[in-house]
Amino acid sequence: MSTKHAIAAERFLADKEGSVWHNQSIGYARTKRDTMAKGIPEWEQLRKLSSEIKRHTVTHLDYYLEEFSKHAEANGVIVHWAKDANEHNDIVYDILQKHNVKKLVKSKSMLTEECRLNDFLFSKGIDVVETDLGERILQLMGIPPSHIVMPAIHIRREQVGKLFEEKLNTEKGNSDPTYLTRAARMHLRNEFMTADAGMTGGNFGVAATGDVVVCTNEGNADMSTSMPKLHIASIGIEKIIPNYDCLSVFVRLLARSATGQPTTTYTSHFRKARPGGEMHIVLVDNGRSDILGNAEHWETMKCLRCGACMNTCPVYRRSGGYSYTYFIPGPIGINLGMLRSPQQYSDNVSACSLCCSCDNVCPAKVNLSEQIYRWRQSLDSIGKADPMKKAMSKGMTYLFDHPLIYQKSLYLAPLINSMPRFMIYNGLNVWGKGRELPTFAKESFEQMWKKGKLK
Amino acid sequence: MKIGLFVPCYVNALFPEVGVATYKLLKHLDVDVNYPLNQTCCGQPMANAGFEAKAVPLAERFEEMFKDYDYVVAPSASCAAFVKLNYPRLLKGKHFCLSDNKIMDVCEFLHDVLKVKSLPGKFSHKVSLHNSCHGVRELNLSSASELNIPSYSKIKDLLKLVEGITVYEPDHVDECCGFGGMFSVEEPAVSVRMGTDKINNHIATGAEYITGPDSSCLMHMQGIARRTDKEIKFIHVVEILAAGL
Repeated sequence: MSTKHAIAAERFLADKEGSVWHNQSIGYARTKRDTMAKGIPEWEQLRKLSSEIKRHTVTHLDYYLEEFSKHAEANGVIVHWAKDANEHNDIVYDILQKHNVKKLVKSKSMLTEECRLNDFLFSKGIDVVETDLGERILQLMGIPPSHIVMPAIHIRREQVGKLFEEKLNTEKGNSDPTYLTRAARMHLRNEFMTADAGMTGGNFGVAATGDVVVCTNEGNADMSTSMPKLHIASIGIEKIIPNYDCLSVFVRLLARSATGQPTTTYTSHFRKARPGGEMHIVLVDNGRSDILGNAEHWETMKCLRCGACMNTCPVYRRSGGYSYTYFIPGPIGINLGMLRSPQQYSDNVSACSLCCSCDNVCPAKVNLSEQIYRWRQSLDSIGKADPMKKAMSKGMTYLFDHPLIYQKSLYLAPLINSMPRFMIYNGLNVWGKGRELPTFAKESFEQMWKKGKLK
Repeated sequence: MKIGLFVPCYVNALFPEVGVATYKLLKHLDVDVNYPLNQTCCGQPMANAGFEAKAVPLAERFEEMFKDYDYVVAPSASCAAFVKLNYPRLLKGKHFCLSDNKIMDVCEFLHDVLKVKSLPGKFSHKVSLHNSCHGVRELNLSSASELNIPSYSKIKDLLKLVEGITVYEPDHVDECCGFGGMFSVEEPAVSVRMGTDKINNHIATGAEYITGPDSSCLMHMQGIARRTDKEIKFIHVVEILAAGL
């Protein structure tokens, strides 16, 4: 009765050394985040403020979206509205076609992953080159990201060395990070110079100015937009924030939460096209309006996509990004997957021990664990409840709602202690796979109490 | 002040000594404590598994059982947290919830209500404190490691009143042990790995015992420790606080 997540996680953990390394390297991001958070006395106030700003903005989104598009258009930017992934991809393709684009360089964008833009453009004969180093490594390997901020965190440098030998003609056996980074840089420089268009996502859209703000460490968003003359920025509608004052709150939280840096190396504001160029912004809904109307789950709209919930999640760290069936893993991914399609993505709901650590690291105070708890309540009604858990829950309620039967059964329970091992530790006993069972007490507390042993 | 003692289902059946220690300690502290008969379960296992509706009859039973008490004290942070946080919602439309303001984990009760300043016993051992998730993040028994708030620990405060004890805390001080109710059987591989890592962090402190306010976490870790022949011993916090009684 295991979920797909549980099965994939077991496979992931079978590689003992690799899984220990994965847990530790992502745990390190959490440690760095703690150091940063504790270096700012007003950290908890900032989180509260950020949550309130997001709450205000997403509940007045019609107003702020119009403000944003009005200011962007006043800056000469062409603004498009996409109701879903297909419409987004068509809009982007249409722009590229009009400019006769053969090669597109892209900085990191989870939204375009969500829309499966790359595959779509490849099918139309357009070459798409990811320029974030992690994303480029994965693109050359032909695999998706396993984390939303550190997409190739699960790949070790020796693997990158091997890949570059094959794809970028680097020296055999050389996996020195500096050497490999330099090779990637030379390779990407050529891609930037020969591209016809550049694409970015956006961490924030500032309504008061029309700016699209992109935070990167590698400067690849800037290269993607300063070499080609055509810039397309795709952003989800929940990324809109009111003004610079609000931006100053989020910028203090984002990199500290995500990677434990005080700030990203580059915080780039894109406001208008370069002289002689063209800038487009595609505002994408793709289910976000429906989330806003969902009383139990609208808070996911506050998410900054920093990935801190993944870094702290003890389950994510020990199961890896690919164990989840939705393209965004971890606590926020469990929730976003269910919002996308409960039928399709319910296998991820098991990936949570309800430890609530994600709630405490979230810089926008999204109530992640509470939402996962709520999704669990809905599984039975969509036919996705685990039959074993359902039977156990039913049985327990029967037993616990009939105290006399419960008490009687406890007189017999200690017999289990002395049963032969093969009767207890077999395929039916999932607990016993890696654990010994506890022993039943000879006398329960209630039995002792009734006999007056405690008076 | 009338205190109702709540001994959760699995404590009753598997760890009655924890209930006994709680009762003896409260008696020793001159508390008017009673144990109403026919207790069962708070409903958390079914609710966390996704069958919250199945917890409603148990919530009603709980409310009725403890309606005449000023406080309900339980030696289990997770069960106490479940009652506190979820009963008002489970009972919505039926009647106004009384238990959420009365339920307390025994450590919380000793620290915040009785404000215990001395304990009679002696426990000359090194222990590693297991800060269980719901104790930390739902009942605020200690400052959660994620938050930038002044550091405190109600349980450490209490343990330090016991003569002879040395208290350690593991690396990743309040990371989950991987029990999580039915999580432990639905995601057994991750659950066991989390528990194994947790035990190793506790052992690395040099402690002889792992202690905590939740027998459920201890039971999960003990199951792994026994399977893998780890020498570390397990004891509920309240058994240490009641040492010598």
